[in-house]
Amino acid sequence: MKHRRMILLLLTLAMVLTAQSASAVDDGTNSVYTYNFDYWGELMESPDAYRVEEVVTSASLGLDVPMNFPQSLYARGNSLYVVDRGNNRILELERLDGQMHLKRIIDHIQGAEIDTFKNPNDVSVDEAGNLYVADTGNNRIVMMDRELNLIREYVKPTDSTFDQNADFQPNKLVVDSAGRVFALAINVNKGLVKYEADGTFTGFIGANKVTYNLWDYIWKSFFSTKEQRAQQVAFVPTEYKNIYMDEEGFIYATNVNFSEYDLLSDSAKPIRRLNSLGDDILIKNDRYPPIGDLYWEEGLTANDYHGPSKFYDITVLDHDIYVALDRMRGRIFGYDPQGIMLWAFGTRGNVEGAFNGAVSIEHMGTDLIVLDELAGTITVFAVTQYGQLIYDASEKYLKGDYDGSADTWREVMKLNANYNLAFIGIGRSQMRQDNYVEAMENFKAAHNRINYSKAYRYYREQWMEDNIWWVVIILLVLVVFLVGRGFYRKAKWEVNEHDRSHILKQS
Amino acid sequence: MTEATFSSSPKRDAASSNRWKRYSASLKYAFYVILHPFDGFWDLNREEKGSLAAANTIFILFLLTYVLKLMYTNFQFVMVPIQYINIYQRMASLAIPFLVLCISNWALSTLFDGKGRFKDIYMGMCYALFPYVMIQLPCILLSHILAYDEAEFYNVLISVSVIWSAALVFVALMQVHDYSPGKTLIVIIATVVGAMVILFLVMVFFSLLSDAYAFFASLYKEIRFRLN
Repeated sequence: MKHRRMILLLLTLAMVLTAQSASAVDDGTNSVYTYNFDYWGELMESPDAYRVEEVVTSASLGLDVPMNFPQSLYARGNSLYVVDRGNNRILELERLDGQMHLKRIIDHIQGAEIDTFKNPNDVSVDEAGNLYVADTGNNRIVMMDRELNLIREYVKPTDSTFDQNADFQPNKLVVDSAGRVFALAINVNKGLVKYEADGTFTGFIGANKVTYNLWDYIWKSFFSTKEQRAQQVAFVPTEYKNIYMDEEGFIYATNVNFSEYDLLSDSAKPIRRLNSLGDDILIKNDRYPPIGDLYWEEGLTANDYHGPSKFYDITVLDHDIYVALDRMRGRIFGYDPQGIMLWAFGTRGNVEGAFNGAVSIEHMGTDLIVLDELAGTITVFAVTQYGQLIYDASEKYLKGDYDGSADTWREVMKLNANYNLAFIGIGRSQMRQDNYVEAMENFKAAHNRINYSKAYRYYREQWMEDNIWWVVIILLVLVVFLVGRGFYRKAKWEVNEHDRSHILKQS
Repeated sequence: MTEATFSSSPKRDAASSNRWKRYSASLKYAFYVILHPFDGFWDLNREEKGSLAAANTIFILFLLTYVLKLMYTNFQFVMVPIQYINIYQRMASLAIPFLVLCISNWALSTLFDGKGRFKDIYMGMCYALFPYVMIQLPCILLSHILAYDEAEFYNVLISVSVIWSAALVFVALMQVHDYSPGKTLIVIIATVVGAMVILFLVMVFFSLLSDAYAFFASLYKEIRFRLN
């Protein structure tokens, strides 16, 4: 009997242990368009921050030759420049009444020895309207005025710091307000090539740091033969993918060559903000660094998109809000100046608002413009009421209108009750109004320790001030009780001793 | 039902009150043990100062402390995704390794000629957990008084409780088995390895069992299919 019961028990246990559920869980990433992450990194569906306003195609622009692998966008004022690499030309579009129109096609330079482009990859325009084109196939950067007259050519530096055996193939470029040109060149890993306004090369800035670990180093130095070492990957810095210069003259750079295990520990740094010395000064005050998606496996089949977000381009809106474009899943991630994610949206596909070959992003005001190189389309996104409220609240906070900011965050909360920044914004204003208990509740809802701790300290101080007499009275009573008990015990002991000695004496 | 059924005899009354006295004395003995571990653990079973009931109480308190800490500590100090926590699973994640380590130590100390029986080992280990309970339970209250910038106080107390308990485990095993410190260290390392071996064997056993079960189940299905 006993044995049978044992066997039954074991059998049930075996059944429980083997009954593994094979059902795949739909985490929402396959159907949700706009989302955010909560404190635990869980995906939270969110209202749309952006909606597609217009999809610009070669046909809608009336182009005879359709766009062929367009590579880059540049927006200034109402003008949008599109680098149409496959056709060796640059399209200048103008946005009038919310619609894109073709203004002109730039495909030659007046006054240059080679007056056409060959595989151009990037364009930039300064305030005076001068164009800078990264003319990769012709190994030069061309600077020309508004009427396309050649002003200057930036060619391979003759400096010894530049490898003279390699071709100079400028790929991406930015120009600062003083006319200095910073360019990324293919196969140059020393950082950005920097030219002064007069066209002289003055060195490299912002090299990607070499990453290797101690184990690799030991293995390579002591346990590999010369032949093996030649076969192994060299410890060289990687190249940046794209660069963008913000209003203040800082360069935002994206990087797509990293090990995905370095992302969450923030040693990969896919987005960087470089100062003039080339140091990364991007602020990261969130639980997760700005790395895009936190989950890298998606879909039910193995050949679906696996791997972390790869930022192919970045653009910076007003008030240092930056928006990065993920090629991997065709997504767009917005971050505030503190590195906290505002929203993420987008997907792969062929429908409106989905991308297969997202390659470049730009902005006009708060509108976002995304270029798809495979489809040859330009998608214009307009901000929704929800997205606008988030911008307004951040802006009011930066301007010092804290209570107005909190009111706007309350509006955001009506549309999305899971928005951490809204909880923190409201809590901050409540803390300023000495409403500590409610502020603490809001900070707790946002899992924000630092602010909760601040509010709690004020609350504790206030509580002590209000209840100081009670605290003193309770302490006094306690002291009196303990001292009294001590006296009582001592007295009792003495009486006992006295009695005992009395008895001893008598006997 | 008469009244006599309820009122027990004076003899049994005395016995139960005696047992209660012994239980509370053996529980109070934990305070002595954590302050005088060498004497305390030596006398724990040899002088019958401790009791199995008290050891069980401390063990259950230990599991409860852990769960209460996860659930009720202020979020400034311990933040866990409370919506996903299964407290029984969390308790088991402490209790099972603890018991496996006890079993492994018992099995190995027979080879390393230790003096302790399984009961002695279990009681020693349980009494050694007492600082964890004694310090971390009040720490839950403390966490609601402190702010995040005063976290050092909290962290120091937590560290002290863990280090104290770990040191007591060492002394407990030393005294229970009458080992020298060096030998204790070797036995502890061997115990950890032994625990891993036990877990491995258990997993192999269940995986084989499930294979066997699957085999007979499919055999049965096949036969039924043929007969129909």
